[in-house]
Amino acid sequence: MKSGIPIEISGLSKQFGHVTAVDDLSFTVEPGRVTGFLGPNGAGKTTTLRVLLGLVRATAGTATFGGAPYRDLPKPLETVGAALDANFHPGRTARSHLKVYATAAGLPPARVPAVLEQVGIAEFADRRVGGYSLGMRQRLSLAYTLLGDPGVLVLDEPINGLDPEGIKWIRGFLQHLAQDGRTVLVSSHLLSEVQQSVDDVVIISRGRLVRSGPLSNLELDASPRTIADSPDRLRLAAALDQAGLEYTEGRNGFIVVEPDPGRVGHAAFVGGVELSALHRLRSGLEESFLSLVNGETNALADDEATPVVVDGGEV
Amino acid sequence: MSVIRALASEFRKVFTTRMWWLLALLLVGYVAFLAGGFGAFLGWAVENPDAAANTGNTQLPPSMRLAPLIYSFASSIGYVFPVLLGALAVTGEFRHKTLTPTFLAEPHRSVVLGAKFVSELLLGAGFGVIAFLTSVGTGAAALAAFGLDTELGEPDTWALVGRGVLAMALWATIGVGLGSLVPNQVAAIVIVLAFTQFIEPILRLAASLNDITATIGQFLPGAASDALVGASFDSIASVGAAESLDWWQGGLVLLAIGVVATLIGGATTWRRDVT
Repeated sequence: MKSGIPIEISGLSKQFGHVTAVDDLSFTVEPGRVTGFLGPNGAGKTTTLRVLLGLVRATAGTATFGGAPYRDLPKPLETVGAALDANFHPGRTARSHLKVYATAAGLPPARVPAVLEQVGIAEFADRRVGGYSLGMRQRLSLAYTLLGDPGVLVLDEPINGLDPEGIKWIRGFLQHLAQDGRTVLVSSHLLSEVQQSVDDVVIISRGRLVRSGPLSNLELDASPRTIADSPDRLRLAAALDQAGLEYTEGRNGFIVVEPDPGRVGHAAFVGGVELSALHRLRSGLEESFLSLVNGETNALADDEATPVVVDGGEV
Repeated sequence: MSVIRALASEFRKVFTTRMWWLLALLLVGYVAFLAGGFGAFLGWAVENPDAAANTGNTQLPPSMRLAPLIYSFASSIGYVFPVLLGALAVTGEFRHKTLTPTFLAEPHRSVVLGAKFVSELLLGAGFGVIAFLTSVGTGAAALAAFGLDTELGEPDTWALVGRGVLAMALWATIGVGLGSLVPNQVAAIVIVLAFTQFIEPILRLAASLNDITATIGQFLPGAASDALVGASFDSIASVGAAESLDWWQGGLVLLAIGVVATLIGGATTWRRDVT
Protein backbone atom coordinates (compact mmCIF):
# COMPACT_ATOMS: atom_id res chain seq x y z
CA MET A 1 0.00 0.00 0.00
CA LYS A 2 1.17 3.48 -0.82
CA SER A 3 0.45 6.22 1.65
CA GLY A 4 -1.27 8.81 -0.47
CA ILE A 5 -1.51 12.30 0.89
CA PRO A 6 -4.41 14.66 0.25
CA ILE A 7 -4.27 17.48 -2.28
CA GLU A 8 -5.59 20.69 -0.81
CA ILE A 9 -6.57 23.66 -2.93
CA SER A 10 -7.61 26.67 -0.89
CA GLY A 11 -8.85 30.05 -2.11
CA LEU A 12 -6.82 29.65 -5.28
CA SER A 13 -6.93 32.42 -7.88
CA LYS A 14 -4.85 32.99 -10.96
CA GLN A 15 -5.02 35.90 -13.33
CA PHE A 16 -3.21 36.11 -16.64
CA GLY A 17 -3.23 39.84 -17.28
CA HIS A 18 -6.90 40.77 -17.13
CA VAL A 19 -8.12 37.24 -17.68
CA THR A 20 -9.16 35.36 -14.57
CA ALA A 21 -8.35 31.71 -15.20
CA VAL A 22 -9.03 30.44 -11.68
CA ASP A 23 -11.28 32.27 -9.25
CA ASP A 24 -11.22 31.54 -5.50
CA LEU A 25 -11.18 27.80 -5.97
CA SER A 26 -11.15 25.43 -2.99
CA PHE A 27 -11.40 21.65 -2.88
CA THR A 28 -9.69 18.60 -1.41
CA VAL A 29 -8.69 15.37 -3.10
CA GLU A 30 -8.63 12.33 -0.83
CA PRO A 31 -6.18 9.42 -0.95
CA GLY A 32 -7.30 5.99 -2.07
CA ARG A 33 -9.84 7.35 -4.53
CA VAL A 34 -9.82 8.42 -8.13
CA THR A 35 -11.04 12.00 -8.38
CA GLY A 36 -12.20 13.37 -11.70
CA PHE A 37 -11.39 17.04 -12.21
CA LEU A 38 -13.99 18.11 -14.70
CA GLY A 39 -14.98 21.15 -16.63
CA PRO A 40 -15.31 22.39 -20.17
CA ASN A 41 -12.25 23.48 -22.14
CA GLY A 42 -10.93 26.74 -20.75
CA ALA A 43 -12.50 26.20 -17.33
CA GLY A 44 -9.13 26.52 -15.60
CA LYS A 45 -8.29 22.86 -15.00
CA THR A 46 -4.80 22.92 -16.47
CA THR A 47 -3.97 26.23 -14.80
CA THR A 48 -5.05 24.83 -11.43
CA LEU A 49 -2.87 21.75 -11.92
CA ARG A 50 0.11 23.84 -13.03
CA VAL A 51 -0.20 26.06 -9.98
CA LEU A 52 -0.43 22.94 -7.81
CA LEU A 53 2.83 21.68 -9.34
CA GLY A 54 4.68 24.96 -8.91
CA LEU A 55 4.91 25.67 -12.64
CA VAL A 56 2.59 28.65 -12.53
CA ARG A 57 2.54 31.20 -9.72
CA ALA A 58 -0.81 31.72 -8.00
CA THR A 59 -2.24 35.22 -7.76
CA ALA A 60 -3.82 34.29 -4.43
CA GLY A 61 -4.47 31.21 -2.32
CA THR A 62 -2.57 27.97 -1.85
CA ALA A 63 -2.31 24.56 -3.46
CA THR A 64 -0.51 21.93 -1.41
CA PHE A 65 0.21 18.25 -0.98
CA GLY A 66 -0.60 17.46 2.64
CA GLY A 67 0.17 21.07 3.53
CA ALA A 68 3.42 21.43 1.60
CA PRO A 69 3.72 23.31 -1.70
CA TYR A 70 5.32 21.27 -4.49
CA ARG A 71 8.67 23.06 -4.38
CA ASP A 72 9.03 22.28 -0.67
CA LEU A 73 8.58 18.53 -1.12
CA PRO A 74 11.89 16.91 -0.16
CA LYS A 75 11.57 14.26 -2.89
CA PRO A 76 9.10 15.61 -5.42
CA LEU A 77 9.10 12.76 -7.96
CA GLU A 78 8.81 10.19 -5.18
CA THR A 79 5.84 12.04 -3.72
CA VAL A 80 3.91 13.25 -6.76
CA GLY A 81 3.82 11.96 -10.32
CA ALA A 82 2.40 14.42 -12.81
CA ALA A 83 1.59 14.18 -16.50
CA LEU A 84 0.57 17.56 -17.90
CA ASP A 85 1.29 17.39 -21.61
CA ALA A 86 2.92 14.86 -23.87
CA ASN A 87 5.87 17.03 -24.94
CA PHE A 88 9.32 15.55 -25.36
CA HIS A 89 12.54 16.33 -27.13
CA PRO A 90 11.90 14.53 -30.42
CA GLY A 91 15.51 13.40 -30.78
CA ARG A 92 15.65 11.59 -27.47
CA THR A 93 14.59 7.99 -27.02
CA ALA A 94 11.98 7.12 -24.41
CA ARG A 95 14.65 5.43 -22.32
CA SER A 96 16.97 8.46 -22.48
CA HIS A 97 14.09 10.80 -21.67
CA LEU A 98 13.32 8.88 -18.50
CA LYS A 99 17.00 8.51 -17.59
CA VAL A 100 17.48 12.30 -17.76
CA TYR A 101 14.82 12.84 -15.11
CA ALA A 102 15.62 9.77 -13.04
CA THR A 103 19.12 11.23 -12.77
CA ALA A 104 17.81 14.66 -11.80
CA ALA A 105 15.62 13.16 -9.08
CA GLY A 106 18.27 10.72 -7.87
CA LEU A 107 16.16 7.65 -8.61
CA PRO A 108 17.70 4.22 -9.15
CA PRO A 109 18.38 3.51 -12.87
CA ALA A 110 16.39 0.27 -12.62
CA ARG A 111 13.19 2.33 -12.36
CA VAL A 112 13.48 3.27 -16.04
CA PRO A 113 12.96 -0.19 -17.59
CA ALA A 114 10.42 -0.96 -14.84
CA VAL A 115 8.09 1.92 -15.73
CA LEU A 116 8.54 1.39 -19.48
CA GLU A 117 7.34 -2.15 -18.88
CA GLN A 118 4.49 -0.96 -16.67
CA VAL A 119 2.99 1.30 -19.35
CA GLY A 120 3.63 -1.20 -22.12
CA ILE A 121 6.13 0.63 -24.33
CA ALA A 122 9.26 -1.33 -23.40
CA GLU A 123 9.69 -2.62 -26.94
CA PHE A 124 9.82 0.93 -28.33
CA ALA A 125 12.08 2.26 -25.58
CA ASP A 126 15.09 2.85 -27.82
CA ARG A 127 13.25 4.63 -30.60
CA ARG A 128 13.34 8.39 -30.86
CA VAL A 129 10.20 9.94 -29.45
CA GLY A 130 9.77 12.05 -32.60
CA GLY A 131 8.35 8.96 -34.30
CA TYR A 132 5.87 8.12 -31.54
CA SER A 133 2.11 8.14 -31.98
CA LEU A 134 0.02 10.27 -29.63
CA GLY A 135 -0.98 7.15 -27.71
CA MET A 136 2.65 6.16 -27.18
CA ARG A 137 3.47 9.69 -26.04
CA GLN A 138 0.63 9.56 -23.54
CA ARG A 139 2.02 6.29 -22.21
CA LEU A 140 5.50 7.76 -21.99
CA SER A 141 4.22 10.69 -19.97
CA LEU A 142 2.53 8.19 -17.67
CA ALA A 143 5.83 6.32 -17.39
CA TYR A 144 7.39 9.58 -16.23
CA THR A 145 4.76 9.97 -13.50
CA LEU A 146 5.53 6.48 -12.20
CA LEU A 147 9.33 6.91 -12.09
CA GLY A 148 9.43 7.73 -8.39
CA ASP A 149 6.60 5.30 -7.49
CA PRO A 150 4.71 8.25 -5.96
CA GLY A 151 1.71 8.20 -3.65
CA VAL A 152 -0.02 11.00 -5.53
CA LEU A 153 -0.78 11.11 -9.25
CA VAL A 154 -1.91 14.20 -11.12
CA LEU A 155 -2.90 13.53 -14.70
CA ASP A 156 -4.13 16.19 -17.12
CA GLU A 157 -6.38 14.78 -19.85
CA PRO A 158 -4.55 11.44 -20.00
CA ILE A 159 -7.24 9.88 -22.16
CA ASN A 160 -6.97 12.47 -24.94
CA GLY A 161 -5.76 10.83 -28.11
CA LEU A 162 -5.93 7.26 -26.91
CA ASP A 163 -7.54 4.57 -29.01
CA PRO A 164 -10.31 2.40 -27.50
CA GLU A 165 -7.79 -0.18 -26.36
CA GLY A 166 -5.71 2.53 -24.72
CA ILE A 167 -8.78 3.98 -22.99
CA LYS A 168 -9.69 0.58 -21.61
CA TRP A 169 -6.13 0.12 -20.43
CA ILE A 170 -5.93 3.49 -18.67
CA ARG A 171 -9.24 2.96 -16.89
CA GLY A 172 -7.95 -0.23 -15.33
CA PHE A 173 -4.67 1.45 -14.64
CA LEU A 174 -6.28 4.34 -12.71
CA GLN A 175 -8.38 2.00 -10.61
CA HIS A 176 -5.33 -0.10 -9.87
CA LEU A 177 -3.40 2.96 -8.70
CA ALA A 178 -6.20 4.09 -6.39
CA GLN A 179 -6.63 0.60 -4.95
CA ASP A 180 -2.99 0.79 -3.90
CA GLY A 181 -4.04 3.68 -1.66
CA ARG A 182 -2.70 6.43 -3.88
CA THR A 183 -4.29 9.81 -4.41
CA VAL A 184 -5.31 10.05 -8.06
CA LEU A 185 -6.51 13.30 -9.63
CA VAL A 186 -7.39 13.05 -13.30
CA SER A 187 -8.76 15.92 -15.37
CA SER A 188 -11.08 15.67 -18.32
CA HIS A 189 -13.51 17.85 -20.22
CA LEU A 190 -15.86 14.92 -20.70
CA LEU A 191 -17.55 13.26 -17.77
CA SER A 192 -18.42 10.23 -19.88
CA GLU A 193 -14.70 9.75 -20.55
CA VAL A 194 -13.85 9.17 -16.89
CA GLN A 195 -17.28 8.23 -15.51
CA GLN A 196 -16.30 4.57 -15.29
CA SER A 197 -13.03 5.28 -13.50
CA VAL A 198 -13.70 7.98 -10.93
CA ASP A 199 -15.07 7.80 -7.41
CA ASP A 200 -15.26 11.52 -6.73
CA VAL A 201 -15.76 14.51 -8.95
CA VAL A 202 -14.67 18.11 -8.74
CA ILE A 203 -16.47 20.16 -11.37
CA ILE A 204 -15.35 23.66 -12.28
CA SER A 205 -16.56 26.16 -14.80
CA ARG A 206 -15.00 29.53 -15.62
CA GLY A 207 -12.43 29.00 -12.90
CA ARG A 208 -15.01 28.48 -10.17
CA LEU A 209 -16.06 25.41 -8.27
CA VAL A 210 -19.46 24.16 -9.33
CA ARG A 211 -19.67 20.90 -7.44
CA SER A 212 -17.47 18.48 -5.58
CA GLY A 213 -18.24 15.17 -3.96
CA PRO A 214 -18.79 11.49 -4.72
CA LEU A 215 -19.89 10.66 -8.25
CA SER A 216 -22.88 8.76 -6.81
CA ASN A 217 -24.26 12.02 -5.39
CA LEU A 218 -24.13 13.57 -8.81
CA GLU A 219 -26.00 10.58 -10.19
CA LEU A 220 -28.81 11.06 -7.66
CA ASP A 221 -28.94 14.65 -8.66
CA ALA A 222 -29.72 13.88 -12.23
CA SER A 223 -33.49 14.20 -11.97
CA PRO A 224 -34.86 10.77 -12.85
CA ARG A 225 -37.49 10.60 -15.54
CA THR A 226 -39.46 8.06 -17.53
CA ILE A 227 -40.07 7.87 -21.25
CA ALA A 228 -43.51 6.74 -22.37
CA ASP A 229 -45.02 6.64 -25.83
CA SER A 230 -48.23 5.48 -27.35
CA PRO A 231 -49.72 5.16 -30.86
CA ASP A 232 -52.37 7.55 -29.58
CA ARG A 233 -50.53 10.38 -27.92
CA LEU A 234 -53.62 12.45 -27.20
CA ARG A 235 -55.09 9.72 -25.06
CA LEU A 236 -51.79 9.09 -23.32
CA ALA A 237 -51.54 12.80 -22.52
CA ALA A 238 -55.01 12.66 -21.07
CA ALA A 239 -54.15 9.62 -18.99
CA LEU A 240 -51.00 11.31 -17.64
CA ASP A 241 -52.98 14.46 -16.82
CA GLN A 242 -55.52 12.28 -15.08
CA ALA A 243 -52.82 10.70 -12.93
CA GLY A 244 -51.37 14.14 -12.14
CA LEU A 245 -47.99 13.42 -13.74
CA GLU A 246 -45.94 16.22 -15.24
CA TYR A 247 -44.46 15.65 -18.68
CA THR A 248 -43.10 17.26 -21.78
CA GLU A 249 -43.55 15.98 -25.29
CA GLY A 250 -40.41 14.94 -27.15
CA ARG A 251 -39.66 13.39 -30.46
CA ASN A 252 -39.80 9.85 -29.19
CA GLY A 253 -42.60 10.20 -26.69
CA PHE A 254 -43.37 11.90 -23.42
CA ILE A 255 -40.68 12.65 -20.86
CA VAL A 256 -42.50 12.13 -17.62
CA VAL A 257 -41.19 13.63 -14.40
CA GLU A 258 -41.45 10.38 -12.49
CA PRO A 259 -38.62 8.04 -11.64
CA ASP A 260 -40.72 4.84 -11.55
CA PRO A 261 -41.82 3.54 -14.99
CA GLY A 262 -44.31 1.32 -13.12
CA ARG A 263 -46.36 4.31 -12.03
CA VAL A 264 -46.45 5.70 -15.55
CA GLY A 265 -47.51 2.28 -16.85
CA HIS A 266 -50.22 2.15 -14.22
CA ALA A 267 -51.54 5.55 -15.30
CA ALA A 268 -51.74 4.34 -18.90
CA PHE A 269 -53.48 1.13 -17.79
CA VAL A 270 -56.03 3.09 -15.78
CA GLY A 271 -56.65 5.32 -18.80
CA GLY A 272 -56.91 2.30 -21.11
CA VAL A 273 -54.10 3.55 -23.39
CA GLU A 274 -51.90 1.25 -25.45
CA LEU A 275 -48.21 1.85 -24.80
CA SER A 276 -45.51 1.49 -27.45
CA ALA A 277 -42.63 2.47 -25.19
CA LEU A 278 -42.04 2.62 -21.49
CA HIS A 279 -38.61 2.90 -19.94
CA ARG A 280 -36.47 4.84 -17.59
CA LEU A 281 -34.61 7.78 -19.12
CA ARG A 282 -31.04 6.72 -19.77
CA SER A 283 -28.42 7.91 -17.34
CA GLY A 284 -28.84 11.61 -16.87
CA LEU A 285 -25.28 11.96 -15.59
CA GLU A 286 -23.81 13.72 -18.58
CA GLU A 287 -26.84 16.03 -18.75
CA SER A 288 -26.54 16.71 -15.08
CA PHE A 289 -22.89 17.56 -15.61
CA LEU A 290 -23.65 19.79 -18.55
CA SER A 291 -26.46 21.61 -16.81
CA LEU A 292 -24.21 22.21 -13.80
CA VAL A 293 -21.51 23.59 -16.03
CA ASN A 294 -23.82 25.54 -18.32
CA GLY A 295 -25.95 26.79 -15.46
CA GLU A 296 -22.84 28.33 -14.01
CA THR A 297 -21.92 29.75 -17.37
CA ASN A 298 -25.34 31.30 -17.84
CA ALA A 299 -25.45 32.70 -14.36
CA LEU A 300 -22.24 34.47 -15.12
CA ALA A 301 -23.10 35.50 -18.64
CA ASP A 302 -26.37 37.16 -17.76
CA ASP A 303 -28.42 37.19 -14.67
CA GLU A 304 -31.00 34.69 -15.79
CA ALA A 305 -30.29 31.72 -13.62
CA THR A 306 -32.48 29.56 -15.82
CA PRO A 307 -31.58 25.92 -15.47
CA VAL A 308 -30.86 24.48 -18.86
CA VAL A 309 -33.41 21.87 -19.78
CA VAL A 310 -31.68 19.12 -21.61
CA ASP A 311 -33.78 16.61 -23.39
CA GLY A 312 -30.89 14.91 -25.06
CA GLY A 313 -32.05 11.82 -23.21
CA GLU A 314 -34.60 11.01 -25.81
CA VAL A 315 -33.28 8.03 -27.55
CA MET B 1 23.32 16.75 -3.47
CA SER B 2 20.53 17.97 -5.68
CA VAL B 3 23.12 20.21 -7.33
CA ILE B 4 25.23 17.22 -8.34
CA ARG B 5 22.15 15.36 -9.61
CA ALA B 6 21.02 18.39 -11.60
CA LEU B 7 24.49 18.62 -13.12
CA ALA B 8 24.49 14.93 -14.07
CA SER B 9 21.02 15.36 -15.57
CA GLU B 10 22.18 18.30 -17.69
CA PHE B 11 25.10 16.29 -19.07
CA ARG B 12 22.69 13.48 -19.88
CA LYS B 13 20.40 15.89 -21.70
CA VAL B 14 23.27 17.01 -23.92
CA PHE B 15 24.66 13.58 -24.66
CA THR B 16 21.29 11.94 -25.41
CA THR B 17 20.64 14.24 -28.37
CA ARG B 18 22.64 14.78 -31.53
CA MET B 19 23.25 18.51 -31.37
CA TRP B 20 26.55 18.34 -29.46
CA TRP B 21 28.35 16.16 -31.95
CA LEU B 22 26.88 17.96 -34.94
CA LEU B 23 28.31 21.20 -33.55
CA ALA B 24 31.60 19.48 -32.66
CA LEU B 25 31.85 18.11 -36.19
CA LEU B 26 31.24 21.53 -37.73
CA LEU B 27 33.76 23.05 -35.33
CA VAL B 28 36.44 20.53 -36.36
CA GLY B 29 35.72 21.01 -40.06
CA TYR B 30 35.71 24.80 -39.86
CA VAL B 31 38.86 25.08 -37.74
CA ALA B 32 40.73 22.44 -39.77
CA PHE B 33 39.89 24.22 -43.01
CA LEU B 34 40.97 27.65 -41.80
CA ALA B 35 43.95 26.70 -39.64
CA GLY B 36 45.31 24.25 -42.22
CA GLY B 37 44.53 26.50 -45.14
CA PHE B 38 45.85 29.65 -43.59
CA GLY B 39 48.92 27.82 -42.30
CA ALA B 40 49.62 26.62 -45.82
CA PHE B 41 49.04 30.07 -47.28
CA LEU B 42 51.34 31.75 -44.79
CA GLY B 43 53.93 29.07 -45.29
CA TRP B 44 53.80 29.71 -49.00
CA ALA B 45 53.94 33.49 -48.46
CA VAL B 46 57.04 33.21 -46.27
CA GLU B 47 58.78 30.98 -48.78
CA ASN B 48 57.89 33.23 -51.71
CA PRO B 49 57.92 36.77 -50.32
CA ASP B 50 58.11 38.38 -53.77
CA ALA B 51 55.19 36.48 -55.21
CA ALA B 52 53.15 37.18 -52.11
CA ALA B 53 53.90 40.89 -52.40
CA ASN B 54 52.86 40.82 -56.06
CA THR B 55 49.45 39.48 -55.16
CA GLY B 56 48.87 42.73 -53.36
CA ASN B 57 49.16 41.38 -49.86
CA THR B 58 51.20 43.42 -47.49
CA GLN B 59 54.32 41.62 -46.49
CA LEU B 60 54.20 39.96 -43.14
CA PRO B 61 56.17 41.66 -40.41
CA PRO B 62 59.32 39.62 -40.02
CA SER B 63 59.04 39.52 -36.24
CA MET B 64 55.56 38.00 -36.34
CA ARG B 65 55.18 34.49 -35.04
CA LEU B 66 52.92 32.47 -37.24
CA ALA B 67 52.30 29.37 -35.17
CA PRO B 68 50.39 30.99 -32.26
CA LEU B 69 48.28 32.98 -34.70
CA ILE B 70 47.26 29.84 -36.57
CA TYR B 71 46.68 27.77 -33.45
CA SER B 72 44.48 30.45 -31.95
CA PHE B 73 42.03 30.04 -34.85
CA ALA B 74 40.49 27.36 -32.65
CA SER B 75 39.01 30.01 -30.39
CA SER B 76 39.14 33.19 -32.49
CA ILE B 77 37.05 31.54 -35.18
CA GLY B 78 35.58 28.51 -33.43
CA TYR B 79 34.09 30.35 -30.42
CA VAL B 80 30.68 30.59 -32.08
CA PHE B 81 30.18 26.84 -31.56
CA PRO B 82 30.33 26.76 -27.74
CA VAL B 83 28.06 29.82 -27.72
CA LEU B 84 25.52 27.94 -29.80
CA LEU B 85 25.85 24.83 -27.63
CA GLY B 86 25.20 26.86 -24.49
CA ALA B 87 22.31 28.81 -25.97
CA LEU B 88 20.63 25.66 -27.33
CA ALA B 89 20.87 23.97 -23.92
CA VAL B 90 18.49 26.64 -22.62
CA THR B 91 16.33 27.48 -25.65
CA GLY B 92 15.80 23.79 -26.43
CA GLU B 93 13.93 23.42 -23.14
CA PHE B 94 11.54 26.19 -24.16
CA ARG B 95 11.23 25.01 -27.74
CA HIS B 96 10.44 21.40 -26.92
CA LYS B 97 8.48 22.34 -23.80
CA THR B 98 10.64 20.12 -21.64
CA LEU B 99 10.72 22.68 -18.84
CA THR B 100 7.67 20.95 -17.39
CA PRO B 101 9.37 17.59 -16.66
CA THR B 102 12.59 19.42 -15.80
CA PHE B 103 10.97 21.60 -13.14
CA LEU B 104 8.89 18.71 -11.84
CA ALA B 105 12.05 16.70 -11.22
CA GLU B 106 13.89 19.71 -9.75
CA PRO B 107 11.44 22.41 -8.63
CA HIS B 108 14.22 24.81 -7.67
CA ARG B 109 14.75 26.59 -10.94
CA SER B 110 17.95 28.33 -9.95
CA VAL B 111 19.54 24.91 -9.33
CA VAL B 112 18.64 23.88 -12.89
CA LEU B 113 20.03 27.06 -14.43
CA GLY B 114 23.16 26.85 -12.28
CA ALA B 115 23.65 23.26 -13.45
CA LYS B 116 23.33 24.40 -17.06
CA PHE B 117 25.93 27.11 -16.46
CA VAL B 118 28.45 24.70 -14.93
CA SER B 119 27.82 21.84 -17.35
CA GLU B 120 28.17 24.15 -20.35
CA LEU B 121 31.37 25.60 -18.88
CA LEU B 122 32.81 22.08 -18.87
CA LEU B 123 31.38 21.18 -22.27
CA GLY B 124 32.74 24.44 -23.69
CA ALA B 125 36.16 23.43 -22.36
CA GLY B 126 35.67 20.10 -24.12
CA PHE B 127 34.90 21.95 -27.34
CA GLY B 128 38.05 23.98 -26.70
CA VAL B 129 40.15 20.84 -26.42
CA ILE B 130 38.66 19.49 -29.64
CA ALA B 131 39.16 22.81 -31.44
CA PHE B 132 42.79 23.20 -30.36
CA LEU B 133 43.60 19.58 -31.19
CA THR B 134 42.33 20.42 -34.66
CA SER B 135 44.05 23.78 -35.09
CA VAL B 136 47.36 22.57 -33.67
CA GLY B 137 47.17 19.36 -35.68
CA THR B 138 46.36 20.88 -39.06
CA GLY B 139 48.24 24.13 -38.46
CA ALA B 140 51.43 22.41 -37.34
CA ALA B 141 51.21 19.98 -40.26
CA ALA B 142 50.88 22.87 -42.72
CA LEU B 143 53.75 24.83 -41.17
CA ALA B 144 55.97 21.76 -41.01
CA ALA B 145 55.25 21.07 -44.66
CA PHE B 146 56.84 24.42 -45.49
CA GLY B 147 59.68 23.84 -43.09
CA LEU B 148 58.54 26.54 -40.68
CA ASP B 149 58.83 26.41 -36.93
CA THR B 150 55.74 24.78 -35.41
CA GLU B 151 56.76 26.07 -31.96
CA LEU B 152 55.28 22.96 -30.41
CA GLY B 153 58.23 22.80 -28.04
CA GLU B 154 57.56 26.28 -26.69
CA PRO B 155 55.79 26.52 -23.30
CA ASP B 156 54.18 29.73 -24.60
CA THR B 157 52.36 27.77 -27.25
CA TRP B 158 50.82 25.47 -24.69
CA ALA B 159 49.98 28.36 -22.40
CA LEU B 160 48.08 29.86 -25.34
CA VAL B 161 46.26 26.58 -25.85
CA GLY B 162 45.31 26.50 -22.17
CA ARG B 163 43.99 30.07 -22.26
CA GLY B 164 42.13 29.26 -25.48
CA VAL B 165 40.39 26.29 -23.87
CA LEU B 166 39.37 28.55 -20.98
CA ALA B 167 38.00 31.10 -23.48
CA MET B 168 35.90 28.42 -25.19
CA ALA B 169 34.55 27.33 -21.80
CA LEU B 170 33.55 30.89 -20.94
CA TRP B 171 31.92 31.37 -24.35
CA ALA B 172 29.62 28.45 -23.65
CA THR B 173 28.43 30.15 -20.45
CA ILE B 174 27.74 33.31 -22.45
CA GLY B 175 25.55 31.08 -24.60
CA VAL B 176 23.65 29.96 -21.48
CA GLY B 177 23.16 33.59 -20.51
CA LEU B 178 21.96 34.53 -23.98
CA GLY B 179 19.58 31.56 -24.12
CA SER B 180 18.04 32.49 -20.80
CA LEU B 181 17.60 36.08 -21.95
CA VAL B 182 16.23 35.14 -25.37
CA PRO B 183 14.36 31.85 -24.99
CA ASN B 184 13.18 31.85 -28.59
CA GLN B 185 15.57 29.39 -30.24
CA VAL B 186 15.52 30.89 -33.72
CA ALA B 187 16.00 34.41 -32.37
CA ALA B 188 18.90 33.24 -30.17
CA ILE B 189 20.66 31.54 -33.09
CA VAL B 190 20.18 34.60 -35.30
CA ILE B 191 21.57 36.84 -32.57
CA VAL B 192 24.62 34.59 -32.07
CA LEU B 193 25.43 34.47 -35.75
CA ALA B 194 24.70 38.12 -36.48
CA PHE B 195 26.63 39.37 -33.46
CA THR B 196 29.69 37.15 -33.74
CA GLN B 197 30.05 37.18 -37.52
CA PHE B 198 28.91 40.66 -38.37
CA ILE B 199 28.09 43.17 -35.66
CA GLU B 200 31.05 42.67 -33.36
CA PRO B 201 33.75 42.72 -36.05
CA ILE B 202 32.32 46.01 -37.32
CA LEU B 203 32.06 47.45 -33.83
CA ARG B 204 35.65 46.49 -33.08
CA LEU B 205 36.87 48.06 -36.27
CA ALA B 206 34.86 51.23 -35.66
CA ALA B 207 35.92 51.41 -32.02
CA SER B 208 39.59 51.14 -32.93
CA LEU B 209 39.46 54.41 -34.89
CA ASN B 210 39.24 56.58 -31.80
CA ASP B 211 41.09 56.39 -28.48
CA ILE B 212 38.03 56.65 -26.28
CA THR B 213 35.96 54.15 -28.21
CA ALA B 214 38.99 51.88 -28.37
CA THR B 215 39.01 51.77 -24.59
CA ILE B 216 35.38 50.74 -24.61
CA GLY B 217 35.87 48.41 -27.56
CA GLN B 218 38.33 46.24 -25.68
CA PHE B 219 35.44 45.15 -23.45
CA LEU B 220 33.54 43.69 -26.38
CA PRO B 221 33.38 39.94 -25.84
CA GLY B 222 35.38 39.07 -28.95
CA ALA B 223 38.10 41.57 -28.02
CA ALA B 224 38.16 40.29 -24.47
CA SER B 225 38.43 36.75 -25.77
CA ASP B 226 41.37 37.66 -28.00
CA ALA B 227 43.00 39.40 -25.05
CA LEU B 228 42.56 36.23 -23.01
CA VAL B 229 43.95 33.92 -25.67
CA GLY B 230 46.71 36.36 -26.61
CA ALA B 231 46.90 36.10 -30.37
CA SER B 232 44.28 36.43 -32.99
CA PHE B 233 43.78 37.17 -36.61
CA ASP B 234 41.25 39.86 -35.84
CA SER B 235 43.49 41.78 -33.48
CA ILE B 236 46.27 41.81 -36.05
CA ALA B 237 44.01 42.58 -38.98
CA SER B 238 42.26 45.49 -37.33
CA VAL B 239 43.66 48.84 -38.26
CA GLY B 240 45.59 50.87 -35.71
CA ALA B 241 47.03 49.69 -32.48
CA ALA B 242 43.81 48.73 -30.75
CA GLU B 243 44.30 48.60 -27.05
CA SER B 244 44.00 45.24 -25.45
CA LEU B 245 43.30 44.04 -21.97
CA ASP B 246 45.62 41.74 -20.07
CA TRP B 247 44.81 38.09 -20.57
CA TRP B 248 43.28 37.69 -17.12
CA GLN B 249 41.23 40.83 -17.55
CA GLY B 250 39.88 39.45 -20.81
CA GLY B 251 38.93 36.26 -19.00
CA LEU B 252 37.16 38.19 -16.28
CA VAL B 253 35.22 40.23 -18.84
CA LEU B 254 33.99 37.03 -20.55
CA LEU B 255 33.10 35.48 -17.20
CA ALA B 256 31.24 38.63 -16.15
CA ILE B 257 29.23 38.70 -19.38
CA GLY B 258 28.23 35.06 -18.91
CA VAL B 259 27.37 35.43 -15.23
CA VAL B 260 25.45 38.71 -15.58
CA ALA B 261 23.45 37.52 -18.59
CA THR B 262 22.58 34.27 -16.81
CA LEU B 263 21.57 36.09 -13.63
CA ILE B 264 19.33 38.50 -15.53
CA GLY B 265 17.82 35.66 -17.57
CA GLY B 266 17.37 33.64 -14.39
CA ALA B 267 15.49 36.49 -12.76
CA THR B 268 13.26 37.11 -15.77
CA THR B 269 12.32 34.53 -18.42
CA TRP B 270 13.45 31.58 -16.31
CA ARG B 271 11.04 32.51 -13.53
CA ARG B 272 8.02 32.89 -15.78
CA ASP B 273 4.96 30.70 -15.60
CA VAL B 274 5.43 27.46 -17.52
CA THR B 275 2.17 27.03 -19.39
